[in-house]
Amino acid sequence: MAPKLEVEDLNAWFGTKQVLKNINIKIEENAVTAIIGPSGCGKTTFLRCLNRMHEINPDARVSGKVLFNGLNIYGNGVDPVMIRKKIGMVFQKPNPFPMMSIYDNVVAGLKLNGVRDKKSLDAVVRRSLELVNLWDEVKDDLNKSGASLSGGQQQRLCIARALAVEPEVLLMDEPCSALDPISTAKIEVLIRKLAKTYTIVIVTHNMQQAARVSDYTAFFYLGELIEYGPTKQIFENPKHELTEKYITGKFG
Amino acid sequence: MRKPNYYKLRLIKDRVMFLLVYLSLALALIPLFSILYEVVQRGIPAINLDFFIKPTPTVGEKGGGVANAIQGTLITIGLASVIGIPVGLMSGIFLSEYSEHKLSTIIRFFNDVLSGVPSIIIGVFAYALIVRSIGFSVIAAAFALSIIMIPIVTRTVEEALKLIPMNIREAAIALGVPRWKTVVAIVLRGARKAVVTGILLSIARIAGESAPVLVTMGFWRWWFAGLDRPAANLALNIFIFAMSPFENWIVLAWGSALILILLVLGINIAVRIFIRGRY
Ligand SMILES: Nc1ncnc2c1ncn2[C@@H]1O[C@H](COP(=O)(O)OP(=O)(O)OP(=O)(O)O)[C@@H](O)[C@H]1O
Ligand SMILES: [Mg+2]
Repeated sequence: MAPKLEVEDLNAWFGTKQVLKNINIKIEENAVTAIIGPSGCGKTTFLRCLNRMHEINPDARVSGKVLFNGLNIYGNGVDPVMIRKKIGMVFQKPNPFPMMSIYDNVVAGLKLNGVRDKKSLDAVVRRSLELVNLWDEVKDDLNKSGASLSGGQQQRLCIARALAVEPEVLLMDEPCSALDPISTAKIEVLIRKLAKTYTIVIVTHNMQQAARVSDYTAFFYLGELIEYGPTKQIFENPKHELTEKYITGKFG
Repeated sequence: MRKPNYYKLRLIKDRVMFLLVYLSLALALIPLFSILYEVVQRGIPAINLDFFIKPTPTVGEKGGGVANAIQGTLITIGLASVIGIPVGLMSGIFLSEYSEHKLSTIIRFFNDVLSGVPSIIIGVFAYALIVRSIGFSVIAAAFALSIIMIPIVTRTVEEALKLIPMNIREAAIALGVPRWKTVVAIVLRGARKAVVTGILLSIARIAGESAPVLVTMGFWRWWFAGLDRPAANLALNIFIFAMSPFENWIVLAWGSALILILLVLGINIAVRIFIRGRY
């Protein structure tokens, strides 16, 4: 099977500071890939390079290729807006749109891109919320503000919002770091469920989480990809000394 | 042994601070309420049916009203808002959302300068630019007032939009929403209460301006007669009437003051009711 995302010689900068150095990695379809590494090593930056969010920052710069289904998303004439529809993102802190109902939050991406049909929006809301196991908890409160939910519910709402635009890839940047253990467990179950139909890349600081949810793990250190492979192999039999040290908690 | 003492001391300090805060609040409210009291007390005798349906009386004429001034004020403020709100809104959005753009430094600089310029000077500027070519007119006054309005709207819009966290914008952009749509549908929508409040404040501010109106439109006793002609104005009425020796003009001045305050209050309350109840 061809990889969903193929990163070739990716470099990224903030101003003159290079934060990603020559990254090469192939991300498999319908699998969960975990990105681990110490704070500041470039995990978030890497994730944001995969859907062209990095360039939002005015002094950010990128070079290299990211092939998505074989198409270079940094190629000439590629519209970043289209890429972001296909490669969705969930952030570290739940960020539902303020002043918007739960319903409107879920369909915000569709509505803002011109979908008006009430019936199909209703269906999307139900399907997306069911997908993230939130439907039963909020089905009677769809008109309440998204901000009125608990942190864990908000994060699931944000995942539902990302799924509503029907992406093929979901990038998640430490989606559980602001959540309690029970909400975390719910989201981990959800990630495994989603992996059947979506390609997921998740940044995490939690080794157990990486071991629990991912099929592949990539270890970053100081802007470089040190080691990449099946999660089982990375955890049980790391080839690189740095990887082993990090996984066993010997530095950081 | 010593802890209870500290606690008592803290308690006393707390009480004293509490008292001071309330005292200064009272001190700040006294002028406000005395103005309101004075205006209401003196304005009410002026209020009757004629006051609302008749134009400015001629000298020596009994009765009369300020209907023409209410009309003229609403038209002038309306026209000023039509110019000032979009321009202020756009530059506020630009400063907040495109602050990395080179132009934003220039806009911010001129905006700061503009907000410090005394309103009479803006009036003189409008005089040189417009009055000298088309004459004293609603257009000239509205132009001057809109220039007073722009920096206020710009500043409050910029500040209101900046309160929306960056990660909210990013959430929208990551959904494949174009940037300008993100700004309008997410950022502006999220900040709409603060934006509306800022716009209201600017309207209230120009409703009470008299100096630039005097320079650009002058005094007009009749009904509105076209945008290229002067129109009567409440703030200017107060200024002219209050300094006149005629008793019924002075009564009308107090009445105008009351109406002006109620007008500003009314706009505020109306919009507040309108935006209330939506999260
Ligand atoms: N907006 C920014 N402007 C300038 N430098 C930045 C910016 N964001 C991140 N950096 C720098 O880029 C490097 C990589 O940051 P990044 O956020 O990708 O790290 P990370 O691995 O996600 O860290 P963490 O685990 O703490 O989230 C860091 O050295 C950081 O200082
Ligand atoms: Mg990070």
